[in-house]
Amino acid sequence: MDRASIDSKIRTIIEPFNKKGVAIEEGTTFAGDLEFDSLTVMDFVAAIEDEFDIIISMNQQAEIETYGQLVDAVAKSQG
Amino acid sequence: MSETITTPDLFAKFDDIISMREQLLASGVEDPFSLVMEKVLSPTRAICNGRDTILLGTYNYMGMTFDPDIIAAGQQALADFGSGTTGSRVLNGTYQGHKECEDALREFYDMDHAMVFSTGYQANLGIISTIAGKGDYVVLDIDSHASIWDGCAMGNAEIVPFKHNDVAAMEKRLKRIPEGAGKLVVLEGVYSMLGDIAPLAEMVKIAKDNGAMVLVDEAHSMGFIGEHGRGVVEDAGVMDDVDFIIGTFSKSVGTVGGFCVSNHPKFEIMRLVCRPYVFTASLPPSVVATAATSIRKLMQAGEKRAHLWDNSKRLHGGLTDLGFDLGTDKPQSAIVAVIMPDLQRGAAMWEALLSEGLYVNLARPPATPANMTLLRCSLCAEHTAEEVETILGIFERAGKATKII
Repeated sequence: MDRASIDSKIRTIIEPFNKKGVAIEEGTTFAGDLEFDSLTVMDFVAAIEDEFDIIISMNQQAEIETYGQLVDAVAKSQG
Repeated sequence: MSETITTPDLFAKFDDIISMREQLLASGVEDPFSLVMEKVLSPTRAICNGRDTILLGTYNYMGMTFDPDIIAAGQQALADFGSGTTGSRVLNGTYQGHKECEDALREFYDMDHAMVFSTGYQANLGIISTIAGKGDYVVLDIDSHASIWDGCAMGNAEIVPFKHNDVAAMEKRLKRIPEGAGKLVVLEGVYSMLGDIAPLAEMVKIAKDNGAMVLVDEAHSMGFIGEHGRGVVEDAGVMDDVDFIIGTFSKSVGTVGGFCVSNHPKFEIMRLVCRPYVFTASLPPSVVATAATSIRKLMQAGEKRAHLWDNSKRLHGGLTDLGFDLGTDKPQSAIVAVIMPDLQRGAAMWEALLSEGLYVNLARPPATPANMTLLRCSLCAEHTAEEVETILGIFERAGKATKII
């Protein structure tokens, strides 16, 4: 799967979690801009993991601050 | 002269919690986190902030703290072995009493190895961080106790949480772990915030089918749940499939300390490689003597277990009938969690209970799941049936006074 289609899938998944309708850009941060708390992070990560059949460990999550970094990490896991 | 450089105050990061606390206290409630017990009268009664109070939030499930045999054993050890060991278990800190305490644990659980730590926190911290190393995976419930999370943070393994008690979510994550990686599944028998139990029969089977080792923290079930009081693992019939049981002496056993029991043939090496075991002083002789005596008495505590179940069922049923919202639909352990609408009203209810002479735990975010505010009640086998009725009466009056019910 190429980066563009991963991007569009993640955009769909993020919608119900984006309660304030923040415009999603590469540099949008989960903690700051989207105001995800730890519970939201868990549910959101689980949704991504299930969609792509991957694991995003907490160690990896610690390195992912922005939307763009998440798309990159998923793209990388898809080989 | 150089200009003064402004550096950030390292305490700035605590400003949010400081202001949350100030707001709470400004509303006039008694501080729920600085209660002092001036006198302890029994496992179920104390003088708290000057008031005679029924204790319903102590984890003293089996009421062993004032048992005459246990106190005598502690006094004897204090006289014979002194006030402390002043040393690590692997140097000068292993006395006869530490070995006897480990013997009692092996017998209690009918397992080959037992290792006593200075606290339950250190047992989780030490075992998890030591056995799961770089490249290994720890799969754990998202509502795990802080000591489990800290054990994960201290080690180098990949940490993969799953939704609380969600068997399918756990299985999916186990199946996605790369081939060849070591796997440790960490579960708890009883989750202490809501008092609910894990579906261990299913979870342990799935973990083993996927080649994982299994560690179960039975801190809140020891002495009470299961035919021999070995915990939810015993009740679920999966004792033989669990690789490690972690427990504590600070609940049913009635003192302080932690342990891990295991049948793993190489388990004894933990004594040399587990840093929270090596780099700390061992428990005082009086503590291990009281623990060993208590553990042996817990083996014969069938009647107490039955009475504690009666207490738990009555309190759960009574609070439900009064209209309180509880953490579980049915009583699953000796913990009954009453869900409060928010921290402010939870603190007001907590204070109303205390002024009527009842102590419970006020649990608040971030220690609670889903940011709930809870009034956590933990029952004791020494609460009489009449005391449970008194407790229900206090809940009714306080609940109405604060308009929670």
